[in-house]
Amino acid sequence: MITFMNNSDSEEEPCNERTSLVSAESPPVPSYQDGLHASAAGESQAHRKRRTGGSRSPNSADGDMSDSGVPVRESAMENEEEELTLKYGAKHVIMLFVPVTLCMIVVVATIKSVRFYTEKNGQLIYTPFSEDTPSVGQRLLNSVLNTIIMISVIVVMTVFLVLLYKYRCYKFIHGWLILSSLMLLFLFTYIYLGEVFKTYNVAMDYPTVFLMIWNFGAVGMICIHWKGPLHLQQAYLIMISALMALVFIKYLPEWSAWVILGAISIYDLMAVLCPKGPLRMLVETAQERNEPIFPALIYSSAMMWTVGMAKQDAAARGPSQQTWDAAEDGRENHRSPLHTDSQMSETRSPAPTRPNTSFEELEEEERGVKLGLGDFIFYSVLVGKAAATASGDWNTTLACFVAILIGLCLTLLLLAVFKKALPALPISITFGLVFYFLTDNLVRPFMDTLASHQLYI
Amino acid sequence: PALGLFLFTIARDPLRIIILIAGAFFWLVSLLLSSLIWFIAVKASDPQDVPLQRGLLIFGVMFSVLLQEAFRFLYYKILRKAIEGLVALSEDGCSPISIQQMAYVAGVGFGLMSGAFSMINLLADALGPGTVGIHGDSQLYFLTSAFMTMVLIFLHTFWGILFFHGCEYRRWWEIVAVVVMHLAVSGSTFCNPLYVGSLVPSYLLMAAAAVWAYLLSGGSAQNLRRFLLCKS
Repeated sequence: MITFMNNSDSEEEPCNERTSLVSAESPPVPSYQDGLHASAAGESQAHRKRRTGGSRSPNSADGDMSDSGVPVRESAMENEEEELTLKYGAKHVIMLFVPVTLCMIVVVATIKSVRFYTEKNGQLIYTPFSEDTPSVGQRLLNSVLNTIIMISVIVVMTVFLVLLYKYRCYKFIHGWLILSSLMLLFLFTYIYLGEVFKTYNVAMDYPTVFLMIWNFGAVGMICIHWKGPLHLQQAYLIMISALMALVFIKYLPEWSAWVILGAISIYDLMAVLCPKGPLRMLVETAQERNEPIFPALIYSSAMMWTVGMAKQDAAARGPSQQTWDAAEDGRENHRSPLHTDSQMSETRSPAPTRPNTSFEELEEEERGVKLGLGDFIFYSVLVGKAAATASGDWNTTLACFVAILIGLCLTLLLLAVFKKALPALPISITFGLVFYFLTDNLVRPFMDTLASHQLYI
Repeated sequence: PALGLFLFTIARDPLRIIILIAGAFFWLVSLLLSSLIWFIAVKASDPQDVPLQRGLLIFGVMFSVLLQEAFRFLYYKILRKAIEGLVALSEDGCSPISIQQMAYVAGVGFGLMSGAFSMINLLADALGPGTVGIHGDSQLYFLTSAFMTMVLIFLHTFWGILFFHGCEYRRWWEIVAVVVMHLAVSGSTFCNPLYVGSLVPSYLLMAAAAVWAYLLSGGSAQNLRRFLLCKS
């Protein structure tokens, strides 16, 4: 337990980063306002070209935010942009549904089968107050105190990260991220595997385990921090979100978990939308510098292919790059809980100006949506807790699942309407919490009685 | 079968998936409200009085049915608005999804959710040791539950189509027919464990609803024959 507690320090860091950064990420200004100018598109592509090494969409995000420096075109293009956005809207929602669903399924399956994650073996140092007290009031007070401590830890971490980013201590941030993802990938996977093997009574020797975990971890590190196939990267991100969520479910006491979920969504709302919120400042700073968001913090559903860019196009686009960069300053928004790229629209419109079509095909990137990993984690925590502690078992879990998905839908709809960064947590978590409590207390007795008489409604 | 329906017809198109989940959500909300009412009624009454409890249960069921239909209507209204929005925003002026498809998907959404809620705890328990009906209850509990759930899912699908069609063309009698059918099916389950009283009428009603929905959707005996004989 002691070693675990020590580790929890660093384990909190990734979670904090993820939570704060990711969930607070403001979606970049809806790309459809920028992307449809041929020149802008060209510039953005050249711009993207500069950003090699980032195989993930943050790079494309940079490219996306070509600015509305050409107001004339903008108004004419706006209608088309809206169409495009909504047309891709449904697809994007599904692109986000699938990973969220997968993550939740993994968490629920683990909770239901592996005993380890539902046993109470102590608490994190971030939640020092125990909930074993006899009186209700005391328990409530303890959970509120726990929540306050946790939230303040997250806020401090976020502000720290923002300061680091502001003062360009990139090496530090990268090192921190790498360290935390290392720990996640290796240590937590080891524990997880150990528990799964114990549950299913599978005999396993240390060398095999070492080999498996080494392979898993090494490939994971490469995929997340560097380049890798998109699906593999997505799968790894889902895995680590699920692992993180499992840790939370295990080590957070019950009432604290619910209160923390509620508080996190309020914090998310404030941090993203208030002008002085740390996350918003982070986003704006990133905007000014036209930089990608850190890897390993967001889930993106699409990828940019920088391979095979023909050199002649770069030369042609060189001069136009300057204007685009200058114009981009006011618009770029990397950190985004939800963010749609307008790559596709950009690549489509400059078709006539393109010298070779093969280049265009390579360039064409699917529009993607980005969702912060913290959001994944907290959604999964909610559903996992519902699965673990609800006495109505599957009904409650199912209800929470549907509620979260609907919340996600609504958030994406709002994103399409408002076209700016939005926190992804509040709506879904609110729905999830409401449905959990209502279903557990109201629907369950009803359904049980119905089922015992075999009545159908 | 319901899962097969889902995979083959809905999983391709993302818009349909969204409508499905939204339909499930609406059903869930209606269930929530009806269980709230029932809960209040139970708490306000005497828990020892068995006939009263059963009466309350029946009342709860009926009320829930009515609420479900009300929510179906609400969902219809929302989908109409959504279609107008989609038409306005689409490139070629026509909606990417027709109201009938929406009706179908909404019905499946309702059905899946109700089926899931009815069955899933049962399924989870079914993984345990096989002691069905030890206390003198019917031994066919699982089987009949499965069949009943399936028929209910299909019924919801057909009711969705019928209901939306009725709302579209303002044929109130169709809507009333759907409500009456739903009430009848739920009422027939009160005959349980006398299974013949509940399963048979339900299946008959389902067949009737299926034929009706098929005809409404533009099918005909000729189409069916052509399809079955694989004529091109």
